[in-house]
Amino acid sequence: MLIGRFTERPYQDPSSGYFGATGRSIQDLSISNGEYDPRLGSELYNRYLDEQVAAEEAGFDAIMLNEHHSTPFCMGGTVNTEAAILARITDKVKIVINGNVLPIWDDPLWLAEELATIDMISKGRLVTGWVRGTGRESVAHNAPPPFNWERFQEAHDFIIKAWTTPGPFRWEGEHYDFRYVNPWMRPYQNPHPQIMIPGVVSKNTVKWSAEHRYPYLMLATRLEPTKASFDYYREVAHESGYEAGPQHLGYLFKVHVDETEELAYETGKKFLDGPGNIFLEGSRGTASPVLQNLPGLTDRKNLLPTGEVGFVAASRGRSAADVARDNNSEKPDSRNVRAAQTQATLADYDTQLENYTIISGTPKTVIPKIRHVLETLRPGTIFFWDGDGAMTHDDSMRSLRLMGSDVIPAVKEMAKELDLPGSFEIDTQTNEPYNSTPAIAEVAGGGA
Amino acid sequence: MTIETLNEPTSRIVNVAGLDINIRESGEGKPLVILHRSTGYLEWDSFANKLSESFHVIYPDLPGFGNSERPDWARESRDLSIVMVELFKVLDIKDITLVGLGLGGFIAAELATMNQERLSNIVLISPAGIKPDEGEILDQMLIEHADYIRHGLADPSHFENKFGDEVHPDIQDIWEFSRIMTARISWSPYMFNRRLPHLLNIITVPTLIIFGNSDTVIPYTVGQQFINNLSNGQLKVIDGGGHLIEWEMPDKISELIVGHSS
Repeated sequence: MLIGRFTERPYQDPSSGYFGATGRSIQDLSISNGEYDPRLGSELYNRYLDEQVAAEEAGFDAIMLNEHHSTPFCMGGTVNTEAAILARITDKVKIVINGNVLPIWDDPLWLAEELATIDMISKGRLVTGWVRGTGRESVAHNAPPPFNWERFQEAHDFIIKAWTTPGPFRWEGEHYDFRYVNPWMRPYQNPHPQIMIPGVVSKNTVKWSAEHRYPYLMLATRLEPTKASFDYYREVAHESGYEAGPQHLGYLFKVHVDETEELAYETGKKFLDGPGNIFLEGSRGTASPVLQNLPGLTDRKNLLPTGEVGFVAASRGRSAADVARDNNSEKPDSRNVRAAQTQATLADYDTQLENYTIISGTPKTVIPKIRHVLETLRPGTIFFWDGDGAMTHDDSMRSLRLMGSDVIPAVKEMAKELDLPGSFEIDTQTNEPYNSTPAIAEVAGGGA
Repeated sequence: MTIETLNEPTSRIVNVAGLDINIRESGEGKPLVILHRSTGYLEWDSFANKLSESFHVIYPDLPGFGNSERPDWARESRDLSIVMVELFKVLDIKDITLVGLGLGGFIAAELATMNQERLSNIVLISPAGIKPDEGEILDQMLIEHADYIRHGLADPSHFENKFGDEVHPDIQDIWEFSRIMTARISWSPYMFNRRLPHLLNIITVPTLIIFGNSDTVIPYTVGQQFINNLSNGQLKVIDGGGHLIEWEMPDKISELIVGHSS
């Protein structure tokens, strides 16, 4: 099993009034960056980097970063910069970028160069994840939404070729043209860093991931619909001629560990405070239906079971009525795209503790709950989402220490017992065990 | 008050440049072609109806809108203009009065720079196509579409008069579907082509530009920018008119078109 840690790196500004108590709206793209304080930003970037180093020291196998734009809930607008720094200041953790927003890159060659550089500096520890992004990302970098999925696929194909085919070559696709592809850098890993695809609702993305045999990571979705979505991955895998195992499946979920149950209960509440990710259950921010319904961005009818859960649908700009209507509709998909009028009904904190959307407690109570998640979903890769919302550096550090001393060792044993190999134990492309670690360029004779 | 008799159009599909294009026709006389707004064709309204009393009105769904096939390859307004030039050939119509509304005005202007042989008159009504010297074109991609429509009206009560308290899902479907094609051809730059002003002087066909001076979607001063570049243009600014001026003032606008083409 691969065990990682994740935080969105929220822009925590206690004086801003974004925090739940004041009720100030943090609806998507509604806050001017005139309010951004670079000195606070500086402190937070450095704090989060320190916490990632502490996560390595605690024994995590991986640290995961993500990318969003023009929003206070995630400071990862230039996530590759953070990854490059971590490549140098950490020694052994996998650096997982989940993920770069492929369709918003007008020049994916530049992305191929950055990622190869990070992979070299880290000596082959990069795991590269690619996403389509939300409406916010399309608007923030002015990428045309109707071509989002086409650009994702073409950028993927192009980057893989740039990494694996000796140049120079020419690329003339539907959306990208390059007259000279010959980057003077190559990924350290051979043939390239492992690719992981994160997602929440898009069925197309799961299908595509399964067809490419890429590990698919579900982001903090509820257990039952997540299980159903994993079943869909397995189904596509079977149709594609192989059996998907735990190595193909990953799950991100909120876990906080603390010194006492009381402290854990109070600190866990902070997941729901602060500028939390509006797409994920419990956030007090609201998504803009307009941004989520950008023309042609997503095929709203082709959703995973996770997409039918009310808050996900609403955060994606669909009301319950839309879901019902779409499911009964015989009209073409594109005709069913519609702005939702209803807001998400958010489960309160206690409900989330009950349904495993948030796990917070002492190691003694947290470990059995993690076991329940592993038994239910059987993922080979997990990420604990912690240190988010309004959690302080001290909150994060207490949890990291207890993760290291108690939780990670217990979960590793559990994974062995439950036979949950990760994507670095079994090669997802062949379903064969790796002999040691995946090949790196120098081992494979780099000039191949 | 007399109730208007609608000359309900007939529809048919014609194949143009390999695409199935839906056209509606009504009335007799010289041909008049209307190119619709980015919202798509909604109904045979009073404006089209009044024109059909004087012309053989041809009202197509632009490629990728309504019931016309989407050209997956199209990336800018000019691509639709080319298909419309070909439509005129396929229909074998001449001495056309070409009326363009909003985005349709943009497409009509592009069309005329490429081939004006079959045109006798052009009327562009609150047309997009030129980057405003002052102000900005309202970005429909960042607001609710119903709000975007409301912005187009000088009198907000016209919205409820037309759509009632809640917009019918079929209308919402047309809007949503239309936005996809609009984004495919005009996501960026939004609603203009930096090259178009430099080519407008090619157009020798008499061209009437109509803007309302209460237009909050496209600054009405864009009308003067068109005139500055056209070699045979005339500007009519309607006092108190909004962006969707042919909807709010169908009599006045149709009379201006009839007057311009006679």
